[in-house]
Amino acid sequence: MRTPSPVALSVIGVLAVGLLSACTPGANSAAHRPTDRPAADVRTDVAAMGQVTLTVWDQEVRGGQDKQISTLNQRFHDRYPNVTINRISRSFDDLRNTVKLALTGNEPPDVVQVNNGKQDMGAFVRAGLLTPLDGYAEAYRWTGRFPESVRRLASYPDTGDSLGEGKLYGVQQTGELVGIYYNRAKLAQLGLTPPKTWEELDTALAKAHDAGQLPIQLGNLDKAAGAYLFSFAMHRFEDPATQTALATGRAGASWLTDPNRAAARQVLDWVARGYLTPGFAGLKGDDSWAAFAKGDGVFHIDGTWLMPDLREAMGDSVGFLLPPGRPGGPTVTGGTGLPWAVSGKTRNPDAAAAYLDFITSADAMKVIADNGNLPVVNTTDQSVTGLQRQVFDAWRQASTTPALVPYLDYATQNAYEVVTGSVEQLMSRQLDVDTFLGQLQADLDASHGGR
Amino acid sequence: MAVGELTGRRRGGPPGEPRRIGYLYLLPALGVYGLFLLFPLLHSGWLSLFDWDGLTLGHWSGLANYRALLRTNGAGAAFGHVAVLAVFFAVLPVSVGLVVATALHRTRVRGLPFFRTALFLPQVLAMVVVAVAWQRIFAPDGVLNQVLRAVGLGSLTRAWLGDSATALFAVGIVGTWVQTGLAVVLFLGGIGKISSELFDAARLDGAGAAGEFHAVVLPALRGEIGVALTLTVIAALRTFDLVYMMTPLGGPGGSTTVPAYEIYQRAFLGGQVGVAAAIGVVITVVALAVTFLITRITGRER
Repeated sequence: MRTPSPVALSVIGVLAVGLLSACTPGANSAAHRPTDRPAADVRTDVAAMGQVTLTVWDQEVRGGQDKQISTLNQRFHDRYPNVTINRISRSFDDLRNTVKLALTGNEPPDVVQVNNGKQDMGAFVRAGLLTPLDGYAEAYRWTGRFPESVRRLASYPDTGDSLGEGKLYGVQQTGELVGIYYNRAKLAQLGLTPPKTWEELDTALAKAHDAGQLPIQLGNLDKAAGAYLFSFAMHRFEDPATQTALATGRAGASWLTDPNRAAARQVLDWVARGYLTPGFAGLKGDDSWAAFAKGDGVFHIDGTWLMPDLREAMGDSVGFLLPPGRPGGPTVTGGTGLPWAVSGKTRNPDAAAAYLDFITSADAMKVIADNGNLPVVNTTDQSVTGLQRQVFDAWRQASTTPALVPYLDYATQNAYEVVTGSVEQLMSRQLDVDTFLGQLQADLDASHGGR
Repeated sequence: MAVGELTGRRRGGPPGEPRRIGYLYLLPALGVYGLFLLFPLLHSGWLSLFDWDGLTLGHWSGLANYRALLRTNGAGAAFGHVAVLAVFFAVLPVSVGLVVATALHRTRVRGLPFFRTALFLPQVLAMVVVAVAWQRIFAPDGVLNQVLRAVGLGSLTRAWLGDSATALFAVGIVGTWVQTGLAVVLFLGGIGKISSELFDAARLDGAGAAGEFHAVVLPALRGEIGVALTLTVIAALRTFDLVYMMTPLGGPGGSTTVPAYEIYQRAFLGGQVGVAAAIGVVITVVALAVTFLITRITGRER
């Protein structure tokens, strides 16, 4: 066309207007942060709230998890027929990728499971997208229900940058620990008992290796296992307070310390001695635990989220241990399942809080245990046996002490990538110990120096 | 504008020139195209000028995001990796495709449709499926290492996807496997259109297989080569699923990061929406430049 047609011009005009109206990104984000409601204002009489629909986003999609949520939702609706639960469940990755857009949209879910960490829950708190729950915690006596160590794992200051301080933004249903799974039959074959001290673990690993067994089953293609292993090695040398400071990215925390060097060298030592699965760098985590379940490997260091799968695959021949103790007692990496939070824009915060209360009640914990998962509290009330009993006891012991250390990836915006990537490079000997720790320190410094 | 102008008789303009009302017929398509393609594209360009975490109010930062791309080695490495992948996704498949298509055409294989389908099959599979299948092949106790051990090359076995020296090439080879079928099918179609007299003439002139390929097949397939290169280069530039599935989190030592992965990581996880948008704009510009170059070289003056 020689001259732009009027039609084309008008289309361009419409586009330009659309572009301008979109203007500065984030301009329509929460103008004011949601206020904390005092306990006295909180309505807890759900039946009197009228017809309410709660939209709930969760990521409890695997076997037992899915069933425990649908059971609890059904019971909630049976007790309060005026509340309808509109449940939307997606896998962890899908939820994580879409929740940011959902919370900033005009119709956010009322209740949503939010991943812990600076880049997720911390960022949402900073942007004023979540409702602080301290008033509700008082009204529903959550302070009595959850130990302080658990509530800390859903608490953020207004700046959102340090987990464990400030206001409460969520409640948790389940616990998680990274500990040692062991193959009972293989240990017995080797004439060993489950190791209680680090020296006993050293001996057990050496003995397994000499007997031609694979000491530690590990697959690090997806890079999570390496980070767990390094954190595990840190438990041997670093005191829990320092490790917590590093894991949550406190200003002034230092990676370049002798205990951390010792931990990095410990990991390198396990690699050099051939204690890990050959080709672990190319083995998927899922394939790794499946191999352990089939009898390849004496120990497997992984999270309690594998409990249902390993119990089903191995029956009574699998056991679970906390990491061996330091003089002050064992340190262990762990945390809680994803906290359930309330959107800052919900029109029914009272109903949402009542739902949170319901799904974390003592009855709810029983439902969780019955479905094979690890309830965050009331573990002693559950009648379980075998592996489940061991895991429940380990959690009860760990969750009430300060020796429960958060995952290393809570430290900075990019910590998950940086920590997992650096450990992977350490294990493939691309980095020496000091460069490795320097890389972690640089990320920590950047998060405090930059925005 | 007056309605009469659109619906009335056309005034002026050379004969054969489409009437302006023609544009009205384009409007629905243009509307959809504008809404779902042009607008998001322009909007990304706009976002790339902001320092924005995707949640709170963004700050105008001009071209700072683009300057940051030049400075930080992460983004630079990603574009370097995609250049390597372009060899595996585009150059190799087109080269191999030319040879295979010519051979299939010359030898008049029995059951050609079967081979054509078999070669094209990877194109039909979802990339995620391809990634999972090849992950097993490359696994420490996977087929590749088993074969190597069986033929006495056990010293070559390694964790192909877990080794920063081999991970990118391993992913690239899968790309070659996927894209070769597309090239072969395109080229077979092209060769089929060549008049057999041309082949006869070349043979009468004493051309061998190589001469025939050079004098007849290659010139005739210029257009097809252009199409194949364009499609495969763009596939390389926007590759994400294969890399993301086969080598999670950027691969060993970050050796398989690609721009699309950097976008995903920064926009969805890292809270750097502006930088992510800037990378997107750069890929778009690179893709436009490369396709323009390819059409210039292969498309014009036959």
